[in-house]
Amino acid sequence: MAYNIVVLAKQVPDTKAVTGKAMNDDGTVNRSALPAIFNPEDLNALELALQIKDDNPGTKITMMTMGLPSACEVLRQGMYRGADRMILVTDRRAAASDTLATSYILSCAVKKLGKVDMVICGRQAIDGDTAQVGPQCAEKLDIPQITYVQELLDLKDQTITIKRSVGAGWEKVQCQLPVVLTVLDTANIPRPVAARKMMKFKKAHSAMELAKADKADLADALKAKGLLIEEWNLDHIEADLQWCGRDGSPTKVNRIQSVVLAASGHKKIEPTEQGLRDMIHELIEDHTIG
Amino acid sequence: MANFYTDNDDIRFLFRHYQLRTLADLMEGDYSDAQKYDSAPENADDAVDNYERILDVIGQISGDNIAPRAEGIDLEGNHLNDDGTVTLSQGMQENLKDLGQADMMAFTLPHRFGGLNCPNLVYTMSNEIVSRADASLMNIYGLQGIGETINAFATEEQKRQWLPGFAEGEFTGAMVLTEPDAGSDLQAVKLRADMDADGNWYLNGVKRFITNGCGEVLLVLARSEHDRAGGLGLSMFVCGRGPTVKIRRLENKMGIKGSPTCEMVFNNTPCDLVGERRRGLVEYVMSLMNGARIGIAAQSLGISEATYRIARDYGSSRVQFGTPIENFPAVRELMVGMKMEIEVARSLSYEACWNVDHENYVLIKLAEGIEDKDKLKEFKQASKRLKRINGMMTPLSKYYASEMCNRVTYDAIQVLGGSGFMKDYACERHARDARITSIYEGTSQLQVLAAVRGVCGTGEKYLLEKEEFPYPAEVKDLLDILKAGREKMTEAIAFVKAQPGTEYMDLAGRRLCDVAIMLIVSHLFLQQSVAEPKWNDAFCQSDKDGRNAYQELKKRKSIIANKYIRTNEAKINMLLDDIMRGDRSTITEYALIAGDVPEL
Repeated sequence: MAYNIVVLAKQVPDTKAVTGKAMNDDGTVNRSALPAIFNPEDLNALELALQIKDDNPGTKITMMTMGLPSACEVLRQGMYRGADRMILVTDRRAAASDTLATSYILSCAVKKLGKVDMVICGRQAIDGDTAQVGPQCAEKLDIPQITYVQELLDLKDQTITIKRSVGAGWEKVQCQLPVVLTVLDTANIPRPVAARKMMKFKKAHSAMELAKADKADLADALKAKGLLIEEWNLDHIEADLQWCGRDGSPTKVNRIQSVVLAASGHKKIEPTEQGLRDMIHELIEDHTIG
Repeated sequence: MANFYTDNDDIRFLFRHYQLRTLADLMEGDYSDAQKYDSAPENADDAVDNYERILDVIGQISGDNIAPRAEGIDLEGNHLNDDGTVTLSQGMQENLKDLGQADMMAFTLPHRFGGLNCPNLVYTMSNEIVSRADASLMNIYGLQGIGETINAFATEEQKRQWLPGFAEGEFTGAMVLTEPDAGSDLQAVKLRADMDADGNWYLNGVKRFITNGCGEVLLVLARSEHDRAGGLGLSMFVCGRGPTVKIRRLENKMGIKGSPTCEMVFNNTPCDLVGERRRGLVEYVMSLMNGARIGIAAQSLGISEATYRIARDYGSSRVQFGTPIENFPAVRELMVGMKMEIEVARSLSYEACWNVDHENYVLIKLAEGIEDKDKLKEFKQASKRLKRINGMMTPLSKYYASEMCNRVTYDAIQVLGGSGFMKDYACERHARDARITSIYEGTSQLQVLAAVRGVCGTGEKYLLEKEEFPYPAEVKDLLDILKAGREKMTEAIAFVKAQPGTEYMDLAGRRLCDVAIMLIVSHLFLQQSVAEPKWNDAFCQSDKDGRNAYQELKKRKSIIANKYIRTNEAKINMLLDDIMRGDRSTITEYALIAGDVPEL
């Protein structure tokens, strides 16, 4: 059976590439110093969608991201691996959205797509680590959600069975479509970029990207080849502006602290059962582990 | 997140050193494929951009996916099933799936068969990158010449039957040549090909030491003319895997254990003739030679790069006598020796690829037919010239890179000391994988034999061409050393040619080849140290802090060129003096030195 799947992906600063320049003096992230990448767990989400597509011919995968035109890169990356459609949700009025506003905007965009069987995203993004957007989207779409997805056990007609992580164990969950899934990085190994698709879709751009590069006149030609990335703004997705951007974001950042960890002295642990036990106990006490 | 392309500055440097737009023009012609296939490039810039993106993808797959599986594959090996089929190790299956999904299994095939239509130079870069992650994978990934052979010589129908399967990642291939009594000497092949009354061909016989003999597409060299001994009785056939082809044995090898080396039995196996009868060995197998030799050179490079990096990490972190061991001159000598040898092999091999890409283009154009008489003459001349150059450069590359690989894997273990001897470090695996490189696809001795005639024939001319490069005045003293070396080499060649018979040329062969390699690579290094980049992207532009990666690497190359040329000046003189002594005692006093020769 063919399904309509939306993969929500986010472009994030590569926090693994952190250098001394990663923080501004005021404690905010210096985005220009970090390479922008496809949020890793969103790649796992895309892989799950692609596996469903492999097993269910006719399935369509729409890549959707919210952000600046530069975020089109994650949409292209999705197409390189086998997605079918690219939508950039972008609007100045969406700036400074917290997770609540973001999930509202994304849910409006998903609704605009019409019938969708599955909305799949990564568990969380490496820049915020909130793990809130997926579940909030499900609430706003008023459909079930299965979070922490480890494995798709079965998908038959409109019934999906999932193995999800509950931390110290697994839970087997079944529900009816449509559903929102948030996927763990342990769920699969994302497939590599397919070179031929890359050679084709590297030429895909959105109208705003073209305008920035002074190539707005190419839009029609790209559209004819299926290479024009759709841009949707808040009016297009019929979002209520009071729930978007700064106005729609109750999260207020009180203070950002730049924490510098400095080693001070060292401690010798005896290589005995008791020595190890004491060390583990101490680490649990100060919440380093556990 | 490891990427074996982006972390390799030398490959990235050379990517920009060569004028890849020229190769793109050769591969893509008038770029009209862009109208028919949406992945085909629209112009040279588009094509070169594709090449680098492809290398980036294969670098990422190699670093993140393939390399972590290599140890497990080496331990597990492959499995021979009771029904004569083979099950590849789990890791190898995953590797092939990744490469198939990434569209990398038809790297050089044309767009119309789903290929990437990349030049050999870019394929060779990818081959090194893959080999660095797992040398044994190269024995399957690097067999893409099978598709190329089908594309060059098979009928349109055969091409349609076999080639898209490579592009889809469903097929891998095998070159089924060697037999128990036909190793280096393929003219002795016995496997029978017989045609029935309806014109159908069938194969019967045994093949041995067949890399990936369990692959889906088998190109088989067989004797179709039973009244004819020697190479002219052999034809090339293609067949698929099936119940009449059984794997009888999987070899238990020292290295490249992920690559299944098969003994195969053909029992009335239906097959198709490829091209024309009697041209199997003399034309079709020979046409594979350049690619096969460069393939092993790339594999050697990959193994060496992998093991060198471990040695470097170890040398900089292992503390003895209160300091990292790489602070000791004796260890530095090992490190610098390894690093420079790798770059010598890389430069030599890429130069060979550059010429092979040009020769392939000329051959395709000649095969398509050229009407204009002058143009035809020009292409025929180019074909002759390139054939001569490649007849020298590809065996030199294979010879040097594989011997280098054995030296580098030996020295890497030396840096690690006792730890290197243990299986805890991959250096041990690399040393085992390295050993075959100077043996298969023609031993080093056969490569020298093939190359030395080229060195004695076209070598001097090739070096004279290199001397015409517009070098700046400041490298004049280095250039003078190279000119003196070339003149002395010419003198030594004349001496060798003046000796009776060809025996002395064969005896002096290795030494002559070594000299030729030193002189050729000296020019390549020198050019790298003075030439501006041909692909001007961010890598070649200064960043905010004024750093320019390309210019820094270029400066580094000038230090390497200087060191290489000055160090080898004495070596070249020594080798040539030795040749011109005319000492034949290795041949004439053989029994006295080595012991009596038993009668067979």
